[in-house]
Amino acid sequence: MSTIPVVHFLYLAIILFGIGLFGVLVRKNAISVLMGVELMLNAVNINYLAFAKYWNWNSLTGTVFVVFVITIAAAEAAVALAIVISIYRQFKNANVDEVHYLSQ
Amino acid sequence: MIQYSWLIPTMPALAYVVIILFTRRSRILSGLISIFTMAICFAFSVGILLELLAKAPADRSIPLSWTWLEIPPWSANVGVLIDPLCVNMLLVVTLISLLVQIYSWGYMHDEERFSSYYSYLSLFTASMLLLVVSNNFLQIFVGWELVGLCSYLLIGFWFFKPEAADACKKAFVVNRVGDMGFLMGVVTIGMVFGTFDFKTVFDAVTLGIANGTYDTTHHYIAGIALLLFCGAVGKSAQFPLHVWLPDAMEGPTPVSALIHAATMVAAGVYMVARTYMLFSADPFAMTVVAYTGGFTAIFAASIAVAQNDIKRILAYSTLSQLGYMILALGVGGFTPGMFHLTTHACFKALLFLGAGSVIHGVHNQDIWKMGGLWSKMKITGTTFFIANLAIAGIFPLAGFWSKDEILSAVSESKIPGHEILYYAAVFTAFLTAFYMFRLFFVVFMGQPRDHHAYDHAHESPLTMTGPLMVLAVLSICVGWLNLPGVDSFSKFLHYGEYHEEVFHMGIAIASSIVALAGIGLAFVFYISKPELAGKTADTFKPIYLLLKNKYYVDEFYGWMVKNFLFGFATICTWFDDNIVDDGMVDGTGWITRKMGSLFTLTQTGYVQNYALVIFAGVAAIYLFVSF
Repeated sequence: MSTIPVVHFLYLAIILFGIGLFGVLVRKNAISVLMGVELMLNAVNINYLAFAKYWNWNSLTGTVFVVFVITIAAAEAAVALAIVISIYRQFKNANVDEVHYLSQ
Repeated sequence: MIQYSWLIPTMPALAYVVIILFTRRSRILSGLISIFTMAICFAFSVGILLELLAKAPADRSIPLSWTWLEIPPWSANVGVLIDPLCVNMLLVVTLISLLVQIYSWGYMHDEERFSSYYSYLSLFTASMLLLVVSNNFLQIFVGWELVGLCSYLLIGFWFFKPEAADACKKAFVVNRVGDMGFLMGVVTIGMVFGTFDFKTVFDAVTLGIANGTYDTTHHYIAGIALLLFCGAVGKSAQFPLHVWLPDAMEGPTPVSALIHAATMVAAGVYMVARTYMLFSADPFAMTVVAYTGGFTAIFAASIAVAQNDIKRILAYSTLSQLGYMILALGVGGFTPGMFHLTTHACFKALLFLGAGSVIHGVHNQDIWKMGGLWSKMKITGTTFFIANLAIAGIFPLAGFWSKDEILSAVSESKIPGHEILYYAAVFTAFLTAFYMFRLFFVVFMGQPRDHHAYDHAHESPLTMTGPLMVLAVLSICVGWLNLPGVDSFSKFLHYGEYHEEVFHMGIAIASSIVALAGIGLAFVFYISKPELAGKTADTFKPIYLLLKNKYYVDEFYGWMVKNFLFGFATICTWFDDNIVDDGMVDGTGWITRKMGSLFTLTQTGYVQNYALVIFAGVAAIYLFVSF
C-alpha cells in the first residue's frame, strides 16, 4: 500500500486553515465566523494526526491532543452560540460588525 | 543661676501657651499670669547680672549650647550666650516689658480681647528674649522673625480699623525686605564658616585677619556684615526702610512703647552690636553703618518737627534716636551706642506711656486738640516733662550722658567725613529738643483748644501712673551709671579692650547750648508768640510742606510700586497666563489628548479587525524569525 506523503496532509490543512481564517475575518454573520473557527481548529487537528502518523505512531501525544481540541471546540461552540443568541436578542440580528461598542 | 538662663525666654512662651489654651476666658487670670511671669524674668535677669558681676571681667562670657539639628557638614545649635551685652539687653527688655504690662492693665481695661492682648505680649517678650540670649545666627534669626510676627499681630490688634490693618501689613512687608538681606547674610555665614555659632565665627574672623587670610581689600567680610545690616535697617527702621514705624502707631499705645520704641526696634542695634566683630573688621562696613545712622537721625528729626499726631511725633523721634545709636556703632562707639539704647529705652518708653495716658484722658491724638492739660494731669505732665528733658539731653538726666558719649565718639572717629556726621548729630540734638518741647508746650501748656476734650480729661489710674513714675526715676538716674570718671557701665560693657572714656567738656557745653536753644525756640514759637510759628511755616511753605509730607517718601514708594512693580507684575501675569498656563500647562494636556484621540482610531471595536491584526502580527513574527 503506497503511503500518501505527509506534505499532502499539510496542503489540505493549510487550505482548510486559510478558508477558516478567511471566514473569521470576512464573514458578517456570527454563525459563519464560528464555523470559520471550527475549520481552523480542524486544520490543526489534521496537522497533529499527520505528524503523529509520520513521526511516531506509538506516541499518543498527537492523538490525545486532538481529542482535547475536539472537546474544547465543543465547549467553545456551546459558549459562543450562547453569546451569539444573546447578541441576536439584543440587536435582532447576528452581524458582528454592528457589535462594536468597545470603541465608544 | 546662669546655667538656668534658658528659662528666661521659655517662661513667657509657657505663659503664652497657658493663656491661649486655658485662661482665655478669665481676663484677670490671663493678665496676672503674664505680668507675674515678666516679674520673675526680670528678677532672674537681675540675678544673672549679680552673678556675672561677681566674676572676673575675663570670665564674663558664658555660652551654653545644645544640638538642635544636624545636616552634615552643618549642624545647628540652640543655646544661650550670657555676656555683659546680653545681660544689659535682658534687663532692658524684661524691665520695660514688666512696666508696660502693668500699664496695659489700666490702659486696656475696656478691651474685649484683653486675654489675647496679654498672650501676644507674652509671646512677644518670649521671642525678644530668645533673640537676645541667642548664641548663634540661626536662633537670632528665628527670634527676629518671631518678634516681627508679634509686631504684626499687635499693630493689627484693632484689625477692624482699616488703618491698623494696612499698617500691620506694611510693617510686615517692609521688614521682609530687610529680613531677606539678613537671611542671605546668615546663609552666607553658614556657607563660608560652616557654622552659625557666634564665637566660632568671630574667632575665625579674628584669626583670618591676624594671619592675612581675609583680605579687606575685597570687602567680603564687609559684604556679610552689610547683608546682616539690611536686617537691622528693616527692624530698626533706618532710612530707607523707615516707612513702617510711623504707621505702626496704629497699634495700642503700650505696644508702641514696648515694641516700637524700647525693645523690638532696638533689636537691630543689638544685632549690630552682637556681630560687631564682623563690622569692625572692615572700615567700609563701618562707614556705611555710620552714614545710614547719621542720615536717619537728622532726616527723621526734621520730619518730627512738622507732625501733628502725638504718637507720630514720638515715632519719628524714635527713628531719629535709633539713627543715633546706629551712628554710634558705625563710628566705633560700641559702648555709647548700647548706653544710648539703654537710656533711650527708659525715656522713650516713658514718653510713649505718657502719650498713652494723655490719649486715655482726652481720647484724641491730635496735639492741636489738646492744650493746658498740665492742670488736669499732674503726674503724667511731670513725668512727661522729665522724659522731655532726658531726650533733649539736659544735664544731669540720662539722655545728656549717653548723647554726649555718642557725640564724643563721632568727633573722635576716623571714618571719612566724620565732621559732617558730627554737625548732623549736633543739629539733630537741636531739632530733638525743639520738637519734643513743641509737643510738650502744645499739649500741656497754654490754653485748652478743645474744651469738650479738656473738660473730660482726667488723670489716669495708678496702674498707669505707677510705671510712669518708675520710668521717670530711671530717666533721671540711668545716665549716672556711666558718670565720667566712674564709668561703671563702660567697664561692664565694652568691645575689645576697655579704654578709659574721656569727657569732653567742650562737647558737653556745645550740646547743652544747642538743646537749650531748641527748647528756647519751642518756647518762643508755642508759648510766648504763638502766631510766630504759623508765620514761619508760611514763609518757608515749601520746606514746611516737604517736612509735613515726610519728604514724600511714602508717595515715592507708592509711585514706584504703581509704575514699576505693577508694570513688571503685569508682564509676569501676562507671561504666566499666556506662556505658562495656556502654552505649557494647557499645551501638555492638549498634546496628550490629541495623541490619545489619534490612537483611538486603532480601536475600532470590530473584533474581526483585531483578529486580522493578530494574524498579521503572527505572520510578521514568523517572517522575522524565519528569514
